[in-house]
Amino acid sequence: MGGLNLIQLLNGLTFASLLFIVASGFTLIFGLLRIVNLAHGALYLFGGYIGYTVAGSTGNFFLGVLASMLCVALMGLLLDEGLLRFVRGFDLRQVLLTLGVAFVLNDLALVLWGGDTFSVPIPEMLRGATTIGGVFYPKYRIFVLLLGVAVFAALWLMLNRTRLGALIRAGVDDAEMVEAMGINIRRVFLATFMLGASLAGLGGVVGGAFLTLYPTADSEILVFSLAVVIIGGRGSLVGAAVGSLLVGLLNTIGQVMFPELAYFVIFGPMAAILAFRPLGLFGRAV
Amino acid sequence: MLVDSFAKNRPAIIAIAIVLLVFGIVPMFGSNYQISIATEILIFALLAMSIDVLAGFAGRTSLGHGAIFGASTYVVVYWTSVVGGSPIVAVALGILAATLVAAVFGMLASRVSGVYFLLLTLALGMIVWGVALRWTSVSGGENGLRGVGRPEWLNDPTVFFYICLGIVLTLSAVIWRLVQSPFGLTLRGIRDSESRMSSLGYGCATHMFIAFTTTGFFAGVAGALYALFNNFVSPSTVQLSQSVEGLLMAILGGIGTLFGAFIGAAAIILLENFVSQYTARWPMVLGFMFIATMIFAPEGVLGAIRRIFRVGKKS
Repeated sequence: MGGLNLIQLLNGLTFASLLFIVASGFTLIFGLLRIVNLAHGALYLFGGYIGYTVAGSTGNFFLGVLASMLCVALMGLLLDEGLLRFVRGFDLRQVLLTLGVAFVLNDLALVLWGGDTFSVPIPEMLRGATTIGGVFYPKYRIFVLLLGVAVFAALWLMLNRTRLGALIRAGVDDAEMVEAMGINIRRVFLATFMLGASLAGLGGVVGGAFLTLYPTADSEILVFSLAVVIIGGRGSLVGAAVGSLLVGLLNTIGQVMFPELAYFVIFGPMAAILAFRPLGLFGRAV
Repeated sequence: MLVDSFAKNRPAIIAIAIVLLVFGIVPMFGSNYQISIATEILIFALLAMSIDVLAGFAGRTSLGHGAIFGASTYVVVYWTSVVGGSPIVAVALGILAATLVAAVFGMLASRVSGVYFLLLTLALGMIVWGVALRWTSVSGGENGLRGVGRPEWLNDPTVFFYICLGIVLTLSAVIWRLVQSPFGLTLRGIRDSESRMSSLGYGCATHMFIAFTTTGFFAGVAGALYALFNNFVSPSTVQLSQSVEGLLMAILGGIGTLFGAFIGAAAIILLENFVSQYTARWPMVLGFMFIATMIFAPEGVLGAIRRIFRVGKKS
């Protein structure tokens, strides 16, 4: 084992970036709505397939991204307003219901797109490689890296500098109080749910281009997202970023050093953090 | 004294008698296929009961027991086929492995509750699945491992069925005793108010750890029986839907009813066999059932009946 070289480090960072895009949506919904959306992985997969279909038929990657984010946001709307409304206030029933939705969506994806492995076509201008720090590295992965940073910046600005963000932060702390101030918290919740879902869709298309899409991809991304949220703490954007970096890099180290047991490597930090901070690095008790 | 203990254990005695009666006569009328379905129901009822101990009596919904169950299955099939060891040793090792996996899970999960417990057990279970999928040199990857078949004396489906029936009913009685014991009462106390129990001086985390490990043992027994029953193991044995099916069985039978697990397991497995004749869309049916249960009958079939007739015994 010759240690990590720059390419492996970059691979870890790009994977972390994708994880952040997916997990940030997950943690936003978890933090504000107290809903653990276990269908998040399925939304990722659906988003990826939709992006693949649209990008493939129009030849435009960014149209695929847009279509996927819109469709998945709409699915989020249906999930929240159509199903979750019946179990509001019951945490466990909500979680288990989204788990049922995940099964249905996964099977539906299998019906619609079959069990083959797909890869979302990469746009012309992002193909090929470029030199970075003396090594050749695919342009597309650098794009993913930058996109992750951009999503972090956008979410941070949204949460800290806009009215919606202020409402979301207030809602995390005390939803009842926000409602008492005359704000329709349900609409804030719904907006957050759709935003979080659309991030899963974005992740699906972006990830589908370099990790490929296949029927169990949803479970895999869900485990990683769960690990990120367990490590980072519920509802924390910074926690999601730190968790993604940790999980992304460790997963890459794991794949380099013990290819067959890579999954096991994320278990270590999760265990350590739970032992000392059961609510995650940046988690707060409610 | 004897009368006392009879009165206290009456629900368990009645339930076990009913199960014994209903299942006991299956081999007299059923074909080999029906016997094998009945065997499968018994095995999964044990898994569902192990989940119900945590969900119903300790207030912790686990999504990791399918993986614990499957870990045992993997060890049994690996030991008999790859190592070529004896099935008895294999079963012992499988149960031991499941108990150890449960102990590790329990160590991490004993300090959290509610949604966090669910998430954590889900993540831990999926790590087992990921390892089973990727550790190709040991687990056979996606192709799984094929066993060498049951030993001679167990090969007859009727014999194997009665052995399963004996084991599952014995363990049902053990689980019943467990939840009625002071230990079980402490678990219920923790379920109702963890802070109160810890101010009374109970070590909540220790109790949870012991409870989790013990239920892992029961899930491990079920997994070992499943290995002998199915003679094949693949990542789908440890995947999330295994835990989900087990949990749904426990919920349908009624969380906290323990013996409802038999009803839940029978309902799900009969339905699965029925649906599979017409379509390959079982996961979708399972998903819809889960959604419908959560919306309409979260207290399960027995719970719904209890609610209607108000015959529930106050526990």
